[in-house]
Amino acid sequence: MNNPLPQTGINRRRFLVNSARTASGVFFLAVGVGLYAKRSESLPAYAIRPPGVKDETDFLGSCIRCGLCVRDCPYDILKLATPGEEVATGTPWFEARKIPCEMCEDIPCVEACPTGALDKSLTNIDDARMGLAVLIDQENCLNYLGLRCDVCYRVCPLIEKAITLEPQHNRRSGKHTLFIPIVHSDACTGCGKCEHACVLDQAAIKVLPEHLAKGELGRHYRVGWKEKERLGRSLVTPDVEHQFNLPEGMQYDYEGQGLIQEQTPVTPFPENPLESLNRNAGETQ
Amino acid sequence: MKSPGLTVRESKGWLKANKWLLLRRISQISILLLFMAGPWFGLWIIKGNLVSSLTLDVLPLSDPYVVLQTFFTGQKVAGTALIGAGIVLLFYILFGGRVYCSWICPVNIVTDVANGLRRRLDIKGGAHITRKARYWILGMTFILATMTGTIAWELVNPVSMLHRGIIFGMGMGWVVIFAVFIFDLLVSRHGWCGHLCPVGAFYSLVGTQSFIRVNALDRDKCDDCMDCFAVCPEQQVISPALKGARKGIGPVITSGNCNNCGRCIDVCSKEVFHFGTRFAKEKNSKNINLRMTRNTEATS
Repeated sequence: MNNPLPQTGINRRRFLVNSARTASGVFFLAVGVGLYAKRSESLPAYAIRPPGVKDETDFLGSCIRCGLCVRDCPYDILKLATPGEEVATGTPWFEARKIPCEMCEDIPCVEACPTGALDKSLTNIDDARMGLAVLIDQENCLNYLGLRCDVCYRVCPLIEKAITLEPQHNRRSGKHTLFIPIVHSDACTGCGKCEHACVLDQAAIKVLPEHLAKGELGRHYRVGWKEKERLGRSLVTPDVEHQFNLPEGMQYDYEGQGLIQEQTPVTPFPENPLESLNRNAGETQ
Repeated sequence: MKSPGLTVRESKGWLKANKWLLLRRISQISILLLFMAGPWFGLWIIKGNLVSSLTLDVLPLSDPYVVLQTFFTGQKVAGTALIGAGIVLLFYILFGGRVYCSWICPVNIVTDVANGLRRRLDIKGGAHITRKARYWILGMTFILATMTGTIAWELVNPVSMLHRGIIFGMGMGWVVIFAVFIFDLLVSRHGWCGHLCPVGAFYSLVGTQSFIRVNALDRDKCDDCMDCFAVCPEQQVISPALKGARKGIGPVITSGNCNNCGRCIDVCSKEVFHFGTRFAKEKNSKNINLRMTRNTEATS
């Protein structure tokens, strides 16, 4: 080759071009995989993770997709997501409407996890937070319609703690009581028994990821009566009995239907109008 | 085109000419069967999959590459996976990292079939990809893990996808495996395992100092039939050991990318290749001189 450039120059250039070419090809692949990975972090609402998962992204960073939790689940509830499903490939999940978590006391799935992706510090299954049940359809729930279905309440492993029935007046019939199922987030584990058992064609109560199911008060918010209970006194200015500036002998009380006269007022006029008309009649005569 | 290994088949018989290949297939399939014995027959010898498993409820084994990816996500991974990865790492440091590829990995069967078909259909050429690409991809998987906070590569990794899929259900995973198959068949020869796969790249690094190695101790018998080059999935590793006598290069194939598959041993009718340790030496130096003259003749 009659190349005027020194050999090393050609080699360096070739090396750099070749490296850049490979790097670009790999970058092309990385963009695809990276975007797909970000997309797969959004767990669909119907998919529930096994107990001991706190944050989805953290879980996807520590779960190595071995399936040991699936194997040790005695009720074959857990399954590994396959490519093409909406759940991140290879990760364990279950669908409450199909088969809910049985809440084993020894939590074998967490026990089996070799990486700690299912948090080993979870030792009491009642502390699990797989999701939160929400009575999402109040139009079709039989209890809202005034029937005593109560199935979600009856199947709840933490009955009277995670779900309670609150009596309410049935305004439609005017004389009956509605027993409204109320889910309490401080006890609900998200096992999905209620969603599985709901007798409707489409469950009225559904387990949702906690971030979808719960609202959150503004951080500055303090619920007055709770603070009062905690402190034993009001947080703001102490309660002062309200005073109405009313004429003497008058009182205001709503239950007593508003303004009340304490006693008959002192009036210069006699009760019989004739008396006042004839008051001075005799004197002038 | 002459089928590689034809000479050896005629001289030693089919069985002997495919000894290591058969042993490899037995190894790959029986490992798969061990994993399948549980779900199929309720015989729980091994639970899990190649990424992490528990044998007889005591022995944890984990893929150090996947465990390493979890480190890059920033998660504090603790538990038996670390012990399992350590055991596996020790094994491959001893026996050659890419023993995983040729003796265990189920994708190897797919790509071997693709390559066999490629040879049979006489498909030549294809896209040029550098064999270094796998190391770039290996690095990329770690960077992606850090950037996304998830072990992103395991979403698409055909190696774990196939093994997990066979045991736990493939879903659309077959599409990915089919893509690897036609890629190797039509796009690039040994394209996946030999050029792109970061799992293999990782294990090649693990095996750089491995104890068990293929050597060409009888390299002076080589008659340049090229059969070993035709079958070797990493042909670049053969030349230094086989043809390096003049340059003073030892007869042991030291590259971490040698799969220790033993296919070169199978197809060589002159019995040039053997399994041995990385410290194997030629018996006497007289052979070297002899071979030097012969090689000079051959090249001139």
